[in-house]
Amino acid sequence: MAERPQLIKLEDVSKQYDGAEVLSDINLYIRKNEFVTLLGPSGCGKTTTLRIIGGFEHPTTGRVLFDGQDITGLPPYKRRVNTVFQKYALFPHLNVFENIAFGLKVAKRPKDEIKARVEKLLTLVNLKEYGRRSVESLSGGQQQRIAIARALVNEPEVLLLDEPLGALDLKLRQEMQLELKRMQQRLGITFIYVTHDQEEALTMSDIIVVMREGYIQQIGTPKDVYDEPKSAFVANFVGESNIIRGTMLKDFLVSFCGAEFQCVDKGFGRNVPVDVLIRPEDLQVVEEGQGMLKGTVRSVLFKGVHYEMIIDTGEFSFKVHATTMQPEGAGVGLSVIPFNIHIMRPMPVELVEEEEAGE
Amino acid sequence: MTKFIKRGYLVLVLLFLYVPIVVLILQSFNAGVSRAKWEGFSLKWYADLFQSPAITNALYITVTIALLASFFATIIGTAAAIGIHAMRRRPQAAMMTLTNIPMTMPDIVTGISLMLLFIFTRVQRGYVTMLLAHITFNIPYVILSVLPKLKQMNRHSYEAALDLGATPGYALRKVILPFVMPGVITGALLSFTLSLDDFTISYFTTSPLVQNLSTLIYSEARKGIKPTMNALSALMFVALLILLLAINRRANKAQETKTNGGTR
Amino acid sequence: MISMRFPPWAIGAMILGLAGFAVMVAANVRQNRGVKRSLFAYPYSLWMVVFTIIPLLLIAYYAFTDRSGQFTLENFRTFWDSNHEMNKQLAELGFDPAALGGARGTVNVDTLVYSLWMAFLCTVICLFLGYPAALFMADRQFRLGATLVILFIIPMWMNFLLRTIAWMSLLEDNGLINSILTALGLPRMQLMYNSQAVLLGMVYNYLPFMVFPVYNALSKQDYRLSEAAMDLGASPILTFWRVTMPLSLPGVISGITMVFMPSVTTFFIPRVLGGGNTEMFGDLIERTFLSADNWNVGSALSLIMMVLILMSLTLLRKVDPEGEGGSTI
Repeated sequence: MAERPQLIKLEDVSKQYDGAEVLSDINLYIRKNEFVTLLGPSGCGKTTTLRIIGGFEHPTTGRVLFDGQDITGLPPYKRRVNTVFQKYALFPHLNVFENIAFGLKVAKRPKDEIKARVEKLLTLVNLKEYGRRSVESLSGGQQQRIAIARALVNEPEVLLLDEPLGALDLKLRQEMQLELKRMQQRLGITFIYVTHDQEEALTMSDIIVVMREGYIQQIGTPKDVYDEPKSAFVANFVGESNIIRGTMLKDFLVSFCGAEFQCVDKGFGRNVPVDVLIRPEDLQVVEEGQGMLKGTVRSVLFKGVHYEMIIDTGEFSFKVHATTMQPEGAGVGLSVIPFNIHIMRPMPVELVEEEEAGE
Repeated sequence: MTKFIKRGYLVLVLLFLYVPIVVLILQSFNAGVSRAKWEGFSLKWYADLFQSPAITNALYITVTIALLASFFATIIGTAAAIGIHAMRRRPQAAMMTLTNIPMTMPDIVTGISLMLLFIFTRVQRGYVTMLLAHITFNIPYVILSVLPKLKQMNRHSYEAALDLGATPGYALRKVILPFVMPGVITGALLSFTLSLDDFTISYFTTSPLVQNLSTLIYSEARKGIKPTMNALSALMFVALLILLLAINRRANKAQETKTNGGTR
Repeated sequence: MISMRFPPWAIGAMILGLAGFAVMVAANVRQNRGVKRSLFAYPYSLWMVVFTIIPLLLIAYYAFTDRSGQFTLENFRTFWDSNHEMNKQLAELGFDPAALGGARGTVNVDTLVYSLWMAFLCTVICLFLGYPAALFMADRQFRLGATLVILFIIPMWMNFLLRTIAWMSLLEDNGLINSILTALGLPRMQLMYNSQAVLLGMVYNYLPFMVFPVYNALSKQDYRLSEAAMDLGASPILTFWRVTMPLSLPGVISGITMVFMPSVTTFFIPRVLGGGNTEMFGDLIERTFLSADNWNVGSALSLIMMVLILMSLTLLRKVDPEGEGGSTI
């Protein structure tokens, strides 16, 4: 597949509010037709990044490029990007039709063209008969679709979505995820999507940008981010994980919990402290005496698809997902294949503590 | 039983508020001048109304000042509210303190301080100074009526308009103003009624030659108020009542069409 | 009718202010960001400086100067001792004020204390009359609450001077109440020209200002809170005492402010209903300015009143830091 051209580029962008830095050294490019998700906990700077692209905030330093042109100082109404806002921000004094038509009216398009395009969009979002309704009479999901239709009416090259599904219930959210993804593929528009929901990010994105306290932690495909997290933070935030302090003895050999394990990572050096990540679903519960580790089942929770067990080895309490259960108090063995042991450079101690305090 | 006591209590309190008003209106229909004795029904005080130049002049001044003051206060106040709303936290707090000063100042101090200003700058007190004073005490009320509406507005509505290509001016006219309009109207009405009723501040900022109804009543209070004045205020009372009922009904209607999903 | 002349410097200042505004707008437009919305508050700030800040500074200026414009604290001494100036003049003329019986004149201080006392009484009465009314109106079972609020507002559209004067017709020696009393064979009562009449007029005028904020606070309250209290075993009275009432305090505070302030400073009601017998601080200030034509002492008295009001407001704010009850009509 040929490399798609870069459409939006952030260069050394940082943002300060009253001296406090909320974004630091953001370098990021987004290709045409990509579905990019900015993922992170609240306060990580994801929304600020989106607002800088939309033109609602101006970076303290750095540049924003659109199609190679510097648009850093350009006001929002001169940018070819449109936004679906948090809680939709529909105009309460206008009805559904007028809300969608707003962008066309501003552009002074002829009446019949406005009508035709709004009708088309109403069809696209499956709300054909709702043109005359007041926006306040619609359900959350319907308002959501109107907000998307309104943002699409000017045929933007990039659509920015700020936690658009945050206010919907789980079932509706999952439906809308699929629908949004389909829409993006059909229209061939670049989507930049902000969320704190890792599952949403994994489901929809081509590229995920994990952010934390104003810094980008990792940029990669959903698979990269899940399987090869660059830090304990990313591993913890995306999916569930066991993160154990260990020592990299040499290439392909790591020690933790008093045992030595084969692994597939190299290049860390000899006898270096590292963070070891094992996903709960990658641990196998075996009979006592077998496996590399030995422990006791502390608790069992039924989660529907699987059981979640906490297994204490004395040094570490592992979270394990398995389809068969062992009773509480049972002695078991744990095993893991080398491929599923992931080695990361350790986080500074103070960050780890902060992380744990936050949980 | 408790229900009966509660309602009875409310009726008594309302009675207390309405008795003087009923008395006042009755007096305006009384044939005699006496305040206490009923000497038969008559409309002569209403007829007299328009023959008294002092009263018609005061009525003219009161109404024009109320109209002009609420007009200017609404414009300045609405603009100010929009400006204050867009400010960062610190200047915003400063502006709110500034707005609260005249609200916490007793009328008499407001009146006297403005009187000192006009005397100090050698501006002759009269119609214009009274108008300036009324605008001054009205603006904070407009701001306090409009600001809550702005705060209610989705933070992103304005940005959504810009996002869709509207210039700031267009977004202001087509998105912000329509949304805050109910607050603007409340502020304007509040200003109008406050202006109509003001005595203390007018008293200090005008000259004896330019009297509004309140200052006229004050200057006549010692000699005894003529029933003509009662007739006039009864008329104004009814006029205001009708005006506000009409506005209220329109507002209700607008609300209904909105909830019905808007029909065209 | 429109007769005024502005001195040239006032016009100059106005032009300067407008020019500053124009420059700021132009600078913003050139930056291609449109007019910054915060600039919309500029005309207002200018207006407030000219018509609120400067006038207040003028009061302070007059309070601390004498007639020739020299700095002095004498005005405040006159507040403390109303005979101060007279005694000083007597002394200058070679008399001994003490020998002439020129003791300290306590009129001003007494008037202030009397005003505070009257305003306090008025506030307490309004609270005890208004709180139950607001409580009954805010009752969820009582559907007419919102309508009653309007009924409380309507009387205020009648000119307040006339409404106060109307009480005269009721209270006079041959007024309505005394007529009824005589008709019943009872003795006439002296109802006018005393403190009680003034208090009645004040309560009558300011009662709605207590009812509105309290009603607002009560009707905004989540009824599930009191349901929760009863669910946990509290009797209705205990529920009111422990939940409903404490939560309505911001409204009460706001009501107290809105009643107390105008009561301290009223100068019309005591004149009409109290005759000349009951001067209050507002009357005193008005008289000092307009009858005695002494702006310096008048300003000092205004300043004292403002400081008192600011102090009581700060005290009240401490109880209600958010100012949530801050609701007008």
